[in-house]
Amino acid sequence: MKKEEVPQDGNNMHEGTFKQLFYATDNEGKYVPVTSVGWEPENVAMQQAWEEVHARVEKARQLVLSGEISPISYYMEKNIMDLALLASYVSKFQWQVKRHMKPAVFKNLSERTLQRYAAAFKITVDELKHIKE
Amino acid sequence: MSDIQFSHVQTAHCESGVISNIFRHYGLHISEPMAFGIGAGIFFGHLPFLKVNGVPGTTYRIWPGAIFQRVCKRLGVKMQSQNFSTPEKAMLELDRILEKGTPVGMLSSVYYLPYLPAAYRFHFNAHNILAFGKSGDNYQISDPVMDHITEIDPKSLAEARFAKGFPAPKGKMYYALSVPEQVSLQKPIKEGIDQSCHYMLKLRLPMFGVSGIRYLAKRLKHYPEKVGERKAVLYLGNIIRMQEEIGTGGAGFRFMYAAFLQEAANLLQKEELGVLSQDLTRVGDLWRNFAFNAGRVCKNRAVNNVSYGELSEMLMQCAAEEELVFKRLSKVKL
Repeated sequence: MKKEEVPQDGNNMHEGTFKQLFYATDNEGKYVPVTSVGWEPENVAMQQAWEEVHARVEKARQLVLSGEISPISYYMEKNIMDLALLASYVSKFQWQVKRHMKPAVFKNLSERTLQRYAAAFKITVDELKHIKE
Repeated sequence: MSDIQFSHVQTAHCESGVISNIFRHYGLHISEPMAFGIGAGIFFGHLPFLKVNGVPGTTYRIWPGAIFQRVCKRLGVKMQSQNFSTPEKAMLELDRILEKGTPVGMLSSVYYLPYLPAAYRFHFNAHNILAFGKSGDNYQISDPVMDHITEIDPKSLAEARFAKGFPAPKGKMYYALSVPEQVSLQKPIKEGIDQSCHYMLKLRLPMFGVSGIRYLAKRLKHYPEKVGERKAVLYLGNIIRMQEEIGTGGAGFRFMYAAFLQEAANLLQKEELGVLSQDLTRVGDLWRNFAFNAGRVCKNRAVNNVSYGELSEMLMQCAAEEELVFKRLSKVKL
């Protein structure tokens, strides 16, 4: 890649403050570091990954509102976690976390357990119990 | 409170960047591509069974920590590295070492680094950053992928150092005990190149090295019918991100390695390495072309087996060209 070919396809994901470094060749073929504000294919891929996250969060939100799953699933998606990661944050087995995702089980969780989940999601127990409509 | 001078240089990749920045602090000038080459950082691996957020993993580099270990060993740098059982102990020890004016490298999760743009903050746990001092309660940070030095509050830093998941950083920190001021790079370069050639050509597993590229090419061809349109696009997107997102220097580290070969050619007066650098640059351009076309497929979301077939062909070509480069590289007498 030549220095002039280093793409500068900006988008708002870099928040205008962030440039990444590429190695490209100058006129004499010598490698030099060049900064870039972004590249279209990477932007597309990144945007798509976020769209997927948002879609999962929205789906979980609907399911919580319709009473099919507990808010733990919603916050797990919102924090881009999966079952394994969430389980390790709350020091539980995956099957336990899965159980806590059932509204009937969630409603009887102890304050201490709720506190653990809230801490993992960096929210209050109250926010954990009542997700935003 | 110590206030040491630290010269921060932005680099493409965090691991080779931290190495380069720490060494420079002690007067040993090793560029990022040189660190990457000596540490034999270039690689390829496709692990369909190791899924991250349900998407198969692809890597263009060696596993985290390997470059560091190898570079230190090959250059005779002595580092102290430790893990901790609790954030309290980890932060206390960090303060103690910083007090002496020693820059300290740390493993962190990008998810908890507030100074990074939100869009980049996924749960990625193997990000290397350097602390070189404190200003009030905050830590002064040289994050190699940033173009300027930054600060972080102690709470966020503790969270980043004790993120859960794989690999868990467990508060890992490291700092230099002794750094030689002058080193001969001839032998480290040779060892690095030998190791890279071995890893790219001779691992007898289909998922790794040049065979790994072909392995991915074969699987990618059948994504639409195997996993459906939506997932196929996500899988493809992940390959692009691993190849081009922050940290690779472009084309999945291929340009960085080409820069290393060029620097080695000048240092050792080896014309052949210069020619190979140019050839690897062309392979890098092929990779970029692949990413460009893959990006278009992602954008159109077209279920079109032809497009996946064509992408597969492009990867096959990358594999063939890369194999040639490394075969010739393995024959260069150093």
